[in-house]
Amino acid sequence: MNKIFLIIEREFLNRVGKKSFLVATILIPLIFPAIITVLVYINKKSSEGADKKIVYYVDESKLFEPDTSKYRFKKFNGSIEAAKEAYKHTDDLGLLYIPNIDIRDPKGITLYSLRQPTLEDENSINNLISRRVKDLRMAKLHIKKSTLDSLNENVDMRTVNVTPDGTEKSSNSMVWYAVGTTFGILMYMFIFIYGNQIMQGIIEEKMSKVVEVIVSSVRPFQLMMGKILGLASVGLLQFLIWIILMTTLTALSLKFTGVTPGQAAMDPAASSKGMGLITEVVNLPWGYIIFCFLFYFLGGYLIYGALFAAVGSAVDSPAEASQFIFPVTLPMLISYLSLFTFILREPNSPVSVWLSIIPFTSPIAMMGRLGSDVPLWQLVLSMVLLIGGFIFTTWVAGRIYRVGILMSGTKVNFKVLAKWFLMKG
Amino acid sequence: MEALTATGITKRYAQHTALRNVNVTIPEKTIYGLLGPNGAGKTTLIRIINQIITPDEGQISIFGEPLTPEHIGVIGYLPEERGLYKKLKVGDQLIYLARLKGLSKTEAVTRIKYWLEKFEIKDWWNKKVEDLSKGMAQKVQFISTVMHEPRLIILDEPFSGFDPVNAQLITKEILELKEKGCTIIFSTHRMETVEDLCDHIALINKSEKILEGSKKEVKAKYRSHTFSVDHKGVFNANENYEIVSQKKVEDEFYHTTLKAKLDITTNQLLSNLIAVTEVHSFIEKMPTMSEIFISLVKGESHE
Repeated sequence: MNKIFLIIEREFLNRVGKKSFLVATILIPLIFPAIITVLVYINKKSSEGADKKIVYYVDESKLFEPDTSKYRFKKFNGSIEAAKEAYKHTDDLGLLYIPNIDIRDPKGITLYSLRQPTLEDENSINNLISRRVKDLRMAKLHIKKSTLDSLNENVDMRTVNVTPDGTEKSSNSMVWYAVGTTFGILMYMFIFIYGNQIMQGIIEEKMSKVVEVIVSSVRPFQLMMGKILGLASVGLLQFLIWIILMTTLTALSLKFTGVTPGQAAMDPAASSKGMGLITEVVNLPWGYIIFCFLFYFLGGYLIYGALFAAVGSAVDSPAEASQFIFPVTLPMLISYLSLFTFILREPNSPVSVWLSIIPFTSPIAMMGRLGSDVPLWQLVLSMVLLIGGFIFTTWVAGRIYRVGILMSGTKVNFKVLAKWFLMKG
Repeated sequence: MEALTATGITKRYAQHTALRNVNVTIPEKTIYGLLGPNGAGKTTLIRIINQIITPDEGQISIFGEPLTPEHIGVIGYLPEERGLYKKLKVGDQLIYLARLKGLSKTEAVTRIKYWLEKFEIKDWWNKKVEDLSKGMAQKVQFISTVMHEPRLIILDEPFSGFDPVNAQLITKEILELKEKGCTIIFSTHRMETVEDLCDHIALINKSEKILEGSKKEVKAKYRSHTFSVDHKGVFNANENYEIVSQKKVEDEFYHTTLKAKLDITTNQLLSNLIAVTEVHSFIEKMPTMSEIFISLVKGESHE
């Protein structure tokens, strides 16, 4: 037992001591906020700083009222042909031509442009004219603008889950959808990344031939478990740092926006549109989500980690491993695709439920069902099976591993793996 | 006492039998050569002794006790397929390997420092293995085999990959370890090392042990009773010996190779010769290990 800890310690120090670990651990939680900040900043700068784009217009209907918040409109007096000729010598966005039209059937409005205008410009200018035409039509029908505005009311519907014991919980399926998506993707990514690292480590040991030296001191199974658990502890440390970093960052940003989670929850009326979403996100049962994520990550990682270890022990090079990776990770891929096709939308359909219970698919599938009040028996069954699945795959992998690490130069396929599995010590 | 006895070791794989009812007895404080062609089963036997694999049948006892995982620290093993962690520093690497053998960290550091000093490579502590040359890495590998002061050291083709200078250094260390009371199992097919170093040998061929004993015994068993004699004056074969070849060196001086009958002793033969000629030199031609090895392995394969 003592020796497993030595191996865990060695694996842990090997990974954590690397610069790449430090970089990934500190940078990844900052990457998304940073990208968004930069994009927002650039966008703001460019729309603020730059001169407004110039649009010329020829208005034969005498109806256009330039709205100058986004563009500078310059009226051109004269025929459209003359205007086109003049526009050609400029470097400006476009030339808007409004012929003499009937506002009940506006046709022939054209935007001439030297370059293909962006979708945004096209839409903005189109909107300007449409709005103007609408206003004119209303005027014709003697409808006041204020009358129409009073008809437009934004209805903000809150969804409340009524649970059997009578408590009501505010819920937002959109937010849960986002949670399911995010954590499902993270789960898939991390199981893959960490599983792959186990495999790489084992192939490296096999290729550098240090493995026979090691197995003369420890049982092959101890070596395999030590590697798997060592990497798991690295993963957990990384998550822990991320959780701390993220909560700190969120708390800081909330402080700036002035939302206090507790108060907002008490007073749903205060939740105006934007605030409501933040409140909604902050008030998610994060403890439950993070517990489930960590549990399923650990379980899923251990299941697939063992399989990756078996693959790593069987092959002589990473290239050779690729033929096994696909079949081994197929259940994970299936649950990943199911997540987006139906689990998130129908979290309580029988297929979703079963995918979230079967150990090979449950880590990802369960992430998609987190928001659907998973019954306790399903959660417990799923977790117990996950642990059972881990014990089973580790047993299978261990039997393949102990033979595989000492074999080199064999052409390996699934038949050979099965033979190794059945082989006596 | 025997350092190691293996009785009735059999190991079968799906397609073939790697070892068939193999018995070996390895006396303490000797260098024991485990010989045999490639694929004979030497590595399988060594892996069984190291408890990397378990035999289907048979027992092994080490220094009088049945072999258990407790004995891992008693054995030092240098596999033929060997290597080190490339990315680890020499010091960390050796500490890790020593602790896996059951040493405490402080103990490991002391021993490793001793060995690095002995090999005059003290300043390698913080070097990564991938930055070492092959010969340098071999030294580190050797240290990892002996640093926990094992009583039984198993070296599988230890000289493959060593340059002559390092090979000599390792040879010196091996002899020194033997002086200190270690037992060394030497698996090789380099016969000159066997001739130089080994006290005992066992020959394994096609999964079976076909020969075992001290080097002297083995040589005596396979002596061909051939003698080479320098003498003055010709003589002829008689009922005690036959002449294989006789050639004139100069004048009356001859060089003769003769084969004695099995039932006469060397002294009888010599006195026989003295009676018929003037003997200048008289040497029994002992077979080399290489000759014994080849004749046995070839003989087996002809059957």
